[in-house]
Amino acid sequence: MLDFAYYPGCTLKTTAKHFELSALEVCKILNIGMSELPRWNCCGTVFSLSEDDLMHNLAPIRNLIRVEEMGKSEMVALCSMCYNTIKRANAFILADESRLKTINDFMYKESHKYEGSVKVLHLLEVLRDRIGFERIKKYVKKPLTGLKVAPYYGCALLRPEGAGIDEADNPHIMGDLLRALGAEVIEFTADRECCGSYHVVSKPELVYMRASNILDRVIEEGAEALVLSCPLCDFNLDDKQKDIIEKDTSRKPVPIFYFTQLMALAFGIEKEKLGFENHAISPTPLLKEKNLI
Amino acid sequence: MINLVFDETTKKFLAKIEYISGINVYRCFQCGRCSADCPSINMMDILPNQVLRFLQFGQVERVLSSKTIWICASCFTCTTRCPKGIDVAKILEAARQVNLRQNKDWLNINIFHDNLTEEEKEKIQKEKDINIIDGKRRAEFPTIALVSATRKLTA
Repeated sequence: MLDFAYYPGCTLKTTAKHFELSALEVCKILNIGMSELPRWNCCGTVFSLSEDDLMHNLAPIRNLIRVEEMGKSEMVALCSMCYNTIKRANAFILADESRLKTINDFMYKESHKYEGSVKVLHLLEVLRDRIGFERIKKYVKKPLTGLKVAPYYGCALLRPEGAGIDEADNPHIMGDLLRALGAEVIEFTADRECCGSYHVVSKPELVYMRASNILDRVIEEGAEALVLSCPLCDFNLDDKQKDIIEKDTSRKPVPIFYFTQLMALAFGIEKEKLGFENHAISPTPLLKEKNLI
Repeated sequence: MINLVFDETTKKFLAKIEYISGINVYRCFQCGRCSADCPSINMMDILPNQVLRFLQFGQVERVLSSKTIWICASCFTCTTRCPKGIDVAKILEAARQVNLRQNKDWLNINIFHDNLTEEEKEKIQKEKDINIIDGKRRAEFPTIALVSATRKLTA
């Protein structure tokens, strides 16, 4: 049995609960052990891009200390931003022995010094490399036949080189997974574009522009729903889509799913466990139309 | 006409950018690929390749006072596609950092306070070209948005 340390991050415990719940249900079925880190802390959400900045790597590395204390060598994240930040912080600290030493010296109250043994993974990588999409097909009880979905990667799953889980400009990992679930996959042209990220706080009009553009591409290229793995993309494309539609009621709503929700649905997990009622744009009419719920 | 002066302050600033980013800005040969692929240029006042060009010419203020450095949300499209392998997102981060390390925020943290007067809000908005979020609206945001915005845009 696969047995990983699992890092949830802040938003999976609050507004993206349905991401965590559906992921853990799916992992149970696939026999993937996900032991949550005890006393985990914020990952920092964004990797510090300054070469001289060790301070902002403390938080992610402290989480990796927890992983080593658990006796585990691999840590899985679901949130794309947590994955990217912790993976990059790990690589940055391990690229130079003096960085590792400084950061361990700073955290002198930790009884365990970080040894650099932890590998940071995203759940999608585990599904592709450790389970395999062919094997996943065998767990499908209710294929997502006729559901036209657009996999959306955004930034943190793909870039920059070294942090990405797939080819930066030709990603197909999520598309391959969704095909294994029986869905009709529309690999659309805005699948790697920025959603506007944290500008939803400081400059919402930028997010409205980015989100409208991405959603337009989804509709024009023939998909009915968008699938992702980042709670911030989800907020910008689902919650903010509601605002966009309020301003322009002629727009066709595009339901937004976490990839694990669709896996769980295809695996036959009861819809009550999948949090469809938490969406700003309700996916219920579409799923009913396709006889999936 | 611009008079190019590389005085001590300018040299120090350029050294700082190189120190923080680990990148020599003179490696850029101005092909414009970063700007062509950037998804947010229509909100920027100067293009990403112009940031590099201004730095090469020592035009410090043009870069530090630009909107561009703040609009960039580090999606790394430019970084991935630069034919010279320049991590453009890191250059923009270095310019943000030079401001932030002098306590010059772009997102005024006061926007998170509930008791701002309309006058104060207007003043912030004018100075920073940002939107004001009152306490009620703050609750709408997921933690991930608030943490990343304050990490990137405040000292």
